[in-house]
Amino acid sequence: MTILQGKQVSKSGAIQGSGHIGHNDTDDGFSDLHPAYSTLQAMAESNRCLYCYDAPCVTACPTSIDIPGFIRKISTGNPDGAAKTILSANIMGGTCARACPTEVLCEQACVRNVSEDVAVEIGSLQRFAVDHLMARDELPHPFKRAPLTGKQIAVVGAGPAGLSCAHRAAMLGHDVTVFEAKAKPGGLNEYGLAAYKMTNDFAQREVEFLLGIGGIRIEYGKALGRDISLEALRDGYDAVFVGVGLGATNELGLPGEAFDGVDDAIAFIEQLRQTEPKSDMPVGNNVIVIGGGNTAVDAAIQAKRLGADEVTLVYRRGAEHMLATEYEQELAKINGVVVRHWAKPVAIKANGKLIGMEFEKTELRDGKLVGTGEKFEIRADQILKAIGQKIKADDLAGMEIAGGKIVVDENYQTTASGIFAGGDCIKSGEDLTVQSVEDGKQAAIAIDAFLKTA
Amino acid sequence: MADLSCKIAGIDSLNPFWLASAPPTDKKYNVVRAFQAGWGGVVWKTLGIDPPVVNVSSRYGAHHDQNRRLLGINNIELISDRPLSVNLQEIRECRKEYPDHVIIGSMMAPIEERAWKDLAQQIAESGVHGIELNLGCPHGMCERGMGSAIGQVPEMVEQVTRWVKDAVDIPVFTKLTPNITNILWSAEAALKGGADAVSLINTVNSIISVDLDSMVPEPMVDGKGTHGGYCGSAVKPIALNMVAEIARTPETRDLHISGIGGITTWKDAVEFMALGSNAVQVCTAAMIYGFRVVDDLIDGMSQWMDDKGYTSVEQFTRAAVPQVANWNELNMNFDTKAVINPDNCIECGRCHIACEDTSHQAIAMNVKEDGHREFVVIDEECVGCNLCYHICPVPDCITMEPVKTDKPYMTWPEHPLNPMRQAAE
Ligand SMILES: Cc1cc2nc3c(=O)[nH]c(=O)nc-3n(C[C@H](O)[C@H](O)[C@H](O)COP(=O)(O)OP(=O)(O)OC[C@H]3O[C@@H](n4cnc5c(N)ncnc54)[C@H](O)[C@@H]3O)c2cc1C
Ligand SMILES: Cc1cc2nc3c(=O)[nH]c(=O)nc-3n(C[C@H](O)[C@H](O)[C@H](O)COP(=O)(O)O)c2cc1C
Ligand code: SF4
Ligand code: SF4
Ligand code: SF4
Repeated sequence: MTILQGKQVSKSGAIQGSGHIGHNDTDDGFSDLHPAYSTLQAMAESNRCLYCYDAPCVTACPTSIDIPGFIRKISTGNPDGAAKTILSANIMGGTCARACPTEVLCEQACVRNVSEDVAVEIGSLQRFAVDHLMARDELPHPFKRAPLTGKQIAVVGAGPAGLSCAHRAAMLGHDVTVFEAKAKPGGLNEYGLAAYKMTNDFAQREVEFLLGIGGIRIEYGKALGRDISLEALRDGYDAVFVGVGLGATNELGLPGEAFDGVDDAIAFIEQLRQTEPKSDMPVGNNVIVIGGGNTAVDAAIQAKRLGADEVTLVYRRGAEHMLATEYEQELAKINGVVVRHWAKPVAIKANGKLIGMEFEKTELRDGKLVGTGEKFEIRADQILKAIGQKIKADDLAGMEIAGGKIVVDENYQTTASGIFAGGDCIKSGEDLTVQSVEDGKQAAIAIDAFLKTA
Repeated sequence: MADLSCKIAGIDSLNPFWLASAPPTDKKYNVVRAFQAGWGGVVWKTLGIDPPVVNVSSRYGAHHDQNRRLLGINNIELISDRPLSVNLQEIRECRKEYPDHVIIGSMMAPIEERAWKDLAQQIAESGVHGIELNLGCPHGMCERGMGSAIGQVPEMVEQVTRWVKDAVDIPVFTKLTPNITNILWSAEAALKGGADAVSLINTVNSIISVDLDSMVPEPMVDGKGTHGGYCGSAVKPIALNMVAEIARTPETRDLHISGIGGITTWKDAVEFMALGSNAVQVCTAAMIYGFRVVDDLIDGMSQWMDDKGYTSVEQFTRAAVPQVANWNELNMNFDTKAVINPDNCIECGRCHIACEDTSHQAIAMNVKEDGHREFVVIDEECVGCNLCYHICPVPDCITMEPVKTDKPYMTWPEHPLNPMRQAAE
């Protein structure tokens, strides 16, 4: 049993054993990474929580969920009350319970680490509570709207930031129209998070649940910059929130990048998330993933689980520099991904079709990353690029952009008055679901204050 | 391994651990298994006059902690529901097959002299080492004028004890109910009646929980519930006090005591003996874990005795009794303060909020530069209540340290702030 920062990887049948998942097992490979707790597990784990005062785990949660409070409710047999405590701070508590890198957030701060080295599994408990409530279709939506204000708010983007903002604004009594470029809501919850974290169409169920508050209308296939303009929104609404995420990705800048088989990792994951059954999703036999973040790791693991023979993740610096958490890196290895550090891609190799990639070894010289001149090749019939996302600035004319992010003040207001922004498209905390939810919530509160003074 | 043999009411026992009169001692099958597991003796499930009682279905309620560990159970069972002759025959067989083990016959009858005497004689003839009088059952039997209906009236306690003492020539244990105002009245009554020992406590009268769907107290019998007898580790503090009161009161201290009530670990047993019990009885712990718990009782006690240098149980029996005092005898000048060891502290903040909200605002929470929190006792404010020391989740992280003082031992009756102070001589 491998213990990864307190998580027993063997809890998931899917990642026990050698890590190689044969083609027949493909669909199993996309079952839950951390299966849902049974009532017994929830009882045992909730009783490990010490009910800390001014708890460090709460400070470490970007949405400041009252963690000791909700865990205590689980332990007293009140899981639905626990869910309300969670959702009142984080309306996407269900997705966050599945996707948050808890090992660097709440669970890292848990005092149980100090003497026992094993944090309370806050994420799993959170999921237990939220799932319990969401399974009870007969219940009304847990939150009530304040008396209607008659104010109209436009939200651009139905990702975690946009939907969190919409929900909080509706709660505060405003009416919200969401404009979403795609055909489905959820943003990266629907298109980006790893398939083994978001099983069973959870992203869509969560959106449906969230819309239960009422007062939110979503218009699909409506893109800012293409179908609608910022001016039109500003004229038609009392306030605007922009939560468009990072719509573009970085290029390697190598000849042959448009070659068949050289794919963007996010596009690959998006296609996988939309394919059912998962075994219908095409994948190469020898896959190279370029990058060092969680997207790279997610893409590599999912390629492996789809049945690729060999998946090699290549990163230009050392393990300690990777943005992927230690836990994610370990998970990649357990899944049979070969991880190579200190090498950068220098050429795409093809002879009619893609055959591989050439790399140059790298090292740090006086703090600068340089090639050593030593080269090697890895064969591949698929290359997945995961070297970062960036903002799609063309759509965002009218707001100041700096350092690749929309500029906002401490109240989430952009340089254009009455236009607010949050999520991955601004610089708040890390680019994480939970941070985007917090941004959306805080922006709605700021918009409410803005509307009262306006 | 230390010698655990002991003597109570003149009866020699292999060890001080007996099973109390209850389902674990209901029949030969259980008793044989208990002796094989290592129990020194049993008090047979209470026998009554035929025809046997009839029990209801659904009999136990439970008091769980949030982790579903049982803190206590309550029951609405009556006495043995098997014919007297069957029980007596099985007692004879057990006595023969296990001659070194103690069997006490427990009994109860309506408040009539002949009934008590006849039943006591029949039980004595089966070869038991002694007889225990069940004057404690707080449910069912009391509605028929037995059990606690007798145990709650000191005159009746004395009367039935005397009847049985007159009828048999083996030791008599009077089993006391805790459902009274003053345990000493019952103990004195038993002593006057001639009891060789008292056994205590029987179960505490209780309603353990309510089923919130049906609005019926548990255990539920077809839509109704009734009060029952509470036992298990939750009742230990109640029992310890009653044992200690009997052991330290001059009028009752000569009674031998069979300590009962919530004994679950060897430490519990040692505490009962230190406060006055000559031996102990266990029921709920066996019902929860099976007879094998006696392993820990035996091994833990003898290990502890070896560590402390005790070679017989008499050496620590009643050792804590002299230190049990009245509040008015305590030293008002004693001062103790909480001390937090920062190396062990895991920063849960529990001590701070407990003292801040409910005690004396004596634990400061300081946020350090690195974001870590530091918990510091403010000596001037700390009254030494022990709350933080008890709630800290880390053992030995908070200790209570006595403050050195030159002040004399001073009781409340002597204290200058006492308006009714007795002038110092
Ligand atoms: C592959 C991958 C894996 C990840 N895994 C995790 C993880 O495990 N855990 C975690 O916490 N975070 C993870 N993240 C990060 C997380 O998904 C993001 O931080 C989060 O989704 C950002 O939310 P958002 O609402 O700001 O943007 P998005 O989720 O990107 O949503 C933006 C929405 O706006 C829409 N939109 C974009 N442009 C326009 C326009 N012009 N007009 C109208 N609508 C538009 C988009 O279609 C989308 O619906 C991952 C990210 C990626 C790429
Ligand atoms: C189900 C049950 C039935 C009991 N029946 C009797 C009984 O017949 N006679 C008796 O003297 N005590 C009876 N008792 C009380 C126990 O002998 C004992 O005094 C009490 O349970 C406290 O000890 P404990 O905390 O170790 O269980 C019964 C207890 C239980 C749980
Ligand atoms: S830090 Fe850990 S133990 Fe303390 S409240 Fe949070 S989850 Fe519970
Ligand atoms: S209760 Fe104990 S562990 Fe918790 S903060 Fe206080 S001293 Fe530290
Ligand atoms: S002993 Fe009582 S008063 Fe003193 S610090 Fe602890 S809780 Fe506060």
